[in-house]
Amino acid sequence: MHIVDGALSAPVLIGGAVLSAGGITLGLKRLTLETIPAAGILSAAFFVASLVHVPIGPSSVHLILNGLAGLVLGWAAFPALAVALLLQAVFFGFGGLTVLGVNTLDIALPAVLAGAIFRPLIARASGVTVMFWGGLGGAFAIAATTLCVALALGLSGDAFWPAAKLVFVAHIPIMMIEGVLSAAAIALIVQVRPDLFSTLRGEPA
Amino acid sequence: MAHVLDPAQRALDDPCPPALIARRDPRLRIVLAGLFACVTVCLSDFAALGGALALAVLALTLSGLPPRRTLRRMAGMDGFILAMLILLPFSVPGSPLITVWGFTASREGLAQAVQIALRANAVILMAMAMVGSMEAARLGSALHALYLPERLVQLLMFTTRYIEVLREEYLRLRVSMRCRGFKPGTNLHSYRSFGHLLGMMLVRALERSERVLGAMKCRGFDGRLRVLDTYALSARDLVFGAIGVGLMLTLIGVQLRHGFA
Repeated sequence: MHIVDGALSAPVLIGGAVLSAGGITLGLKRLTLETIPAAGILSAAFFVASLVHVPIGPSSVHLILNGLAGLVLGWAAFPALAVALLLQAVFFGFGGLTVLGVNTLDIALPAVLAGAIFRPLIARASGVTVMFWGGLGGAFAIAATTLCVALALGLSGDAFWPAAKLVFVAHIPIMMIEGVLSAAAIALIVQVRPDLFSTLRGEPA
Repeated sequence: MAHVLDPAQRALDDPCPPALIARRDPRLRIVLAGLFACVTVCLSDFAALGGALALAVLALTLSGLPPRRTLRRMAGMDGFILAMLILLPFSVPGSPLITVWGFTASREGLAQAVQIALRANAVILMAMAMVGSMEAARLGSALHALYLPERLVQLLMFTTRYIEVLREEYLRLRVSMRCRGFKPGTNLHSYRSFGHLLGMMLVRALERSERVLGAMKCRGFDGRLRVLDTYALSARDLVFGAIGVGLMLTLIGVQLRHGFA
């Protein structure tokens, strides 16, 4: 889900950069002395997780896991995912530089939304419903990300609309896979470390 | 930082003399790569775009990065970006070029797709050559010197420090799964197992972060970032920067010949 340099129009690039800067600022405000190491190391964990290839039919896909990141990190997912995208661009050649703002917004905004919507639901749920909300959160974030990517392309030029629609349809299986994976991951986390969700809100563990 | 994922390249005390770009001020390299990106995405003339790509290739040869792998990384794109580039000639109206299965590709659309591909590759190659060739910790301190927020830099440094550690942990977990007969496939069991693997990685990452925080606190961590590197622009840095800016102005000049699109 990395848009490359040179495809988007200037207003979309600037709008994305401004909104991302706002999101990063808000996310950084929530980080305290106690939570910086946790956010940093979890951000590294998500970076590694996004390199995991999961089989789908004869091929394989790599994961984005922004839903899970939002559920675990909350607002801190914004700066964490921005950092990951910067590292991916300069060291691995994914994405680009002028599109960093748009790419961050496309991936981090759905993450934060998934966290805001589904974290309270997970906190109140138990058993199978935990998995249900976790899975829905994971799938929702991917769906929202594809919508954002499609929108960024579509707003940059009418010629991109066919590609934008294709992006959305092509990602439906990935939404389902990310949903199932997030459900299993959340179920395990709730069982092993139920306090993990509260740690990054600065509450005593 | 690409060395983290590649053991063959992990030697930090490289016996070879550092490449020309590696000796330049990291702040200068970041600023030049950023400027180059902004200039390049504004270009549409093919001569100017070709020049931009040539500049990026020149930077690659001066960066000391392994050329073949770096070029492969540059060319690698998301499947959907490729699909977008292939669809463009068919979705942009214009003079017909070729007809495939009743769909007509236009010359204008093809030109637009080639422009995007040239811009994307030139910018990302320059970014890898100028910025990707520096150590991750250096990138953090240089960004700090360029007034990036302190906490964002801290987050970046933590992330880069622990990517390698956590990747090793991930590989250990995968080995233990394989020992228990796990074979990934397209089925619910595989996806659930991957989900548990990720959940476990996150739990372990959190526990590691608690130990790290404890260790940092007992050494007096107060949330502030202390940067050990200090930077000063040398005369050679200024010459390098001036040449870089001059070449970018040339690109703009070539573009102006044809007018900005």
